[in-house]
Amino acid sequence: MPNENLINRLKAIVSTYAQNKEALNSINEETDFINDLKINSANLVDVILDVEEEFDIVIDNDAMEKMLTVKASIAVIEAKLSEK
Amino acid sequence: MNKQEILEALPYSYPFLFVDELVEIDENGAYGTYTFNPELEIYKGHFKDKPVTPGVILIETMAQIGLVCLGIYLLGNVEEQETGHVVLTSAAIDFLKPVFPGEKVTVVSKKVYFRFKKLHCTVSMTNAAGETVCNGKLSGMVTLKLNG
Repeated sequence: MPNENLINRLKAIVSTYAQNKEALNSINEETDFINDLKINSANLVDVILDVEEEFDIVIDNDAMEKMLTVKASIAVIEAKLSEK
Repeated sequence: MNKQEILEALPYSYPFLFVDELVEIDENGAYGTYTFNPELEIYKGHFKDKPVTPGVILIETMAQIGLVCLGIYLLGNVEEQETGHVVLTSAAIDFLKPVFPGEKVTVVSKKVYFRFKKLHCTVSMTNAAGETVCNGKLSGMVTLKLNG
């Protein structure tokens, strides 16, 4: 899996907030933070703040609103990393 | 938004308003007081013949002063035409001393962050003797709607 490294770093972040541990264990690109991992909107903000810290990037409101799945989050992270 | 406007924007009334005075508020935190009304119905049952303010009501008091007033203030700075509300999303509080009917408490909150509409604060409550009653962390989502 090409994004395995990124997925593993994301998994470490969301593991703090994920209510559904089964979905966490089988996390993949299609995993949805709210519907699959059962993360609420308040904790989703903490996921985004932790992503900023882990990858040393700044995420704006538009990007944040897109980051609802692993796939979308990886796209945002890669785009922000390439801007650096 | 000034202090009086914030108090008027609070969506609570007796018997669930736990703010008397907002002493100071700025973008970094809030500071206010409340004196627990001995006539509150809750004291009849918590506890039977031995009234003590319930911990959940202490959390509510800290949230109304420290989190909700601050959230209304912060959103008022961003969206000047709108009045914000705050929905409590998490509370991690330690309780150190009891609060009896008629006691006046002071609540101080400090903003840790306000991002993507989430307000996260440290809060502490002290009694008239200056002793810490309870302290911890509160979070809420600042929204324009109260009912989802």
